[in-house]
Amino acid sequence: MSKKMDWKQFLINYGIICVLGLLVIYTGIMRPKFFTLRNLQSIALNVAPRFIIAVGVSGCLITKGTDLSAGRMVGLAACISGTLLQKADYSGRFELTKNLPDFPAWWVFAVLIIVMLICAIFGLINGLVVSYLSVPAFIGTLGMQLMVYGICLVYTDATPIGGYRNDYTYVATGSFLKIPFLFWIALVVGLLMWFLYNMTPHGKYMYAIGGNEQAAEVSGVNVKRSKIIIYVMAAMLYALAGFLLGAKAGGTSVNMGNGYELEAIAACTIGGVSVNGGIGKVSGVLIGVMVFELLKSAMQFLGLETNYQYIVQGIVIIVSIALDIRKYIAKK
Amino acid sequence: MAEYRLEMEDVSKSFPGVKALDGVHLKVRPGTVHALMGENGAGKSTLMKCLFGIYKMDTGAIRIDGEPTAIENPDDALHKGLAMVHQELQPIPDRTIAENMYLGRYPMKKIGPFGMVDHKTMNEEAEKWLKDVKMDFDPKSKLGTLSIGQMQSVEIAKAVSQNAKLVILDEPTSSLTDNEVEALFRIIRDLKSRGVSMIYISHKMAEIRQIADDITIMRDGTYVGSWEVKDISDDEIVRQMVGRELTNVYPPKGDYRTDEVVLEVNDLCSIHPRSFQHCSFKLRKGEILGFGGLVGAQRTEIMEAIFGMRGIASGQVLVKGRPVNIKRPADAIREGIGMITEDRRGTGILGCLSIADNVSISSLNHYLEGNVMLNHKKIEGLVQDNVGKLSIKTPSSRTLIQSLSGGNQQKVIIARWLANNPDVLIMDEPTRGIDVGAKYEIYQIMIELVRQGKSIIMISSEMPELLGMSNRVVVMCNGHVTGELEGEEATQERVMSYATQFEN
Repeated sequence: MSKKMDWKQFLINYGIICVLGLLVIYTGIMRPKFFTLRNLQSIALNVAPRFIIAVGVSGCLITKGTDLSAGRMVGLAACISGTLLQKADYSGRFELTKNLPDFPAWWVFAVLIIVMLICAIFGLINGLVVSYLSVPAFIGTLGMQLMVYGICLVYTDATPIGGYRNDYTYVATGSFLKIPFLFWIALVVGLLMWFLYNMTPHGKYMYAIGGNEQAAEVSGVNVKRSKIIIYVMAAMLYALAGFLLGAKAGGTSVNMGNGYELEAIAACTIGGVSVNGGIGKVSGVLIGVMVFELLKSAMQFLGLETNYQYIVQGIVIIVSIALDIRKYIAKK
Repeated sequence: MAEYRLEMEDVSKSFPGVKALDGVHLKVRPGTVHALMGENGAGKSTLMKCLFGIYKMDTGAIRIDGEPTAIENPDDALHKGLAMVHQELQPIPDRTIAENMYLGRYPMKKIGPFGMVDHKTMNEEAEKWLKDVKMDFDPKSKLGTLSIGQMQSVEIAKAVSQNAKLVILDEPTSSLTDNEVEALFRIIRDLKSRGVSMIYISHKMAEIRQIADDITIMRDGTYVGSWEVKDISDDEIVRQMVGRELTNVYPPKGDYRTDEVVLEVNDLCSIHPRSFQHCSFKLRKGEILGFGGLVGAQRTEIMEAIFGMRGIASGQVLVKGRPVNIKRPADAIREGIGMITEDRRGTGILGCLSIADNVSISSLNHYLEGNVMLNHKKIEGLVQDNVGKLSIKTPSSRTLIQSLSGGNQQKVIIARWLANNPDVLIMDEPTRGIDVGAKYEIYQIMIELVRQGKSIIMISSEMPELLGMSNRVVVMCNGHVTGELEGEEATQERVMSYATQFEN
């Protein structure tokens, strides 16, 4: 009997990773080019910004919240960065910023700070709405998702943005010690977040709130402040990711980031972050993101049409969260 | 006609580790109101749950109108003519009165192949039954527009509409105004005259005198006896409810009290009119101050208000003579107050976290390095220190708290507060759900703390514990402080008579 239960428990815990792992192996056998260094590198380059988004969302999930505005904030950050970092001699320059002087290289960094601060404001609103107005995070951030998309549309007038300065695209193409900047940045973010989650009171409070919000409050944890910090920080990470994705793509539009929040949530749950709160590791998030990106690439290699890929991704998202909830029910 | 409407004979029920009911009898005559009395935890609710098939009896027999009966579940009980009006009503306020009365048994009609709810019949029937209990409400109005007392009447009408022969009223007047109580009594008398029997669970002597015919008293899960109400005095009832031998399961308590007042509460009023009002008391350094009273006396509420978990409308809290303004638990902690809450699962433990995290969560700021980083070595030191001192039985400090026993969980929570080094520790039912051995250890910890000059407020619904541990006892009833007893004057009878002093 216990053997049988163990199997069930194993499937609940690792089922989705196993299935996706098998799919990846199958793809590797059917399409030998899948496991080439080149392809793996390209997958890894996709993982970096997605990991930054997912690690931002993970804080919200651990405190029993969520952030559905993530994808749209990525888009807004990419658009604002793009409009501020076009080539001086580019013919299709963005109306509002076309008279911007041609700043030296430090401007690229300044723009990153600007978009992070702008998104931080939206994150602050998210945090205030969730903690002080007690709006369920699901609804509050869904509203923010719409708002940010609207703001992005108003700002860009839905025109695509391109013609980036070389020093901006260099952020994505350049490398240090033969390892792309994107990796370094994701690594630094990952280490910082690991430190925050494990070595600081804030991290402990975060897990405590997710484990039992009332008990945390009784223990003297400032629950509202912790939640606000989490949502602000998450928004700043989305901004960073949007900035990087823009550089990587060399252009952007309002559709950038669409749906990334769900992929991030799915990646988190695949990686062991519980939507019931209180549980989750940075390393798990990384694994979740890698698995999800491998899945996407495998589907491409298998020649599955993009339209069908959406259906599969949707199923994976629902199944991964359903399995996560099973864990919780089993615990009771 | 059988002599008794309901007979429960020799009912016993055990839960792991406790005998909740031991040979209890209850015999209700037709057309009478039978009061069921006993202290908190005497087993009244358990007995009723056995009657309704929510718990399975280990031994015992139930007869209805002389017929031996087995009751499988609440639904079955209803079919056999038993209905319960709950202490905490569970209505759906946004639906109509009629819908609430017929929930789950809507009259249906057929429209071709489809069944649909027959609203017309439902409303007419509901109106008829409401009239029957002299309540002229529009069955189509929303239930939420009624007062609690009126909702209760609806609940009774519902019971009557299901042809109930026996209605159980569990503390029905606990949230009613005087007028509503009168209305309720009118309904009860009316039902009585029609031969319906009622079991009336209440602590209020005056009501029992007014409405009940017979009385059965329980104590610690055992049957004490049954009387006709006219044959027993109030004092006798109290004596029978508490008349136990006080066994010596408490460590010797010293008196470590000093004259210094560490916490003073003046005329504290809740924002809710039905919660605590105009409460005052003082706590001295080195004192264990017990808070006694019945469930619902608002002891927990006043302590949670002092700790910043509930709203205060007026009044003052002074810590060491200085007025303080506590809005959140964090403020209280800063003032040197700690709080072990009653609901360990709900507001105590952080279930999915380790013992180390649970111990350190409210004092993390003491272990910072360079203001940012936690010194895990220091935390581990604190945890190990406490695990040893409080003899917490655990394989390691990384073990999840939810895998520990209740007593060890409670010790972890105590350790959490000790880490803050508070001057005042409020302990709300500190030994609830804990086995005897661990209880004793917790008592020892409490005595050690007052010896060190800390002060403790202990809410306890267990009379022996209250008397065995407290230097002084404050008794509350219905949101008011009704009495204060110094060490030796505190007897079970005196506490109980203060605890049932509803009129003031």
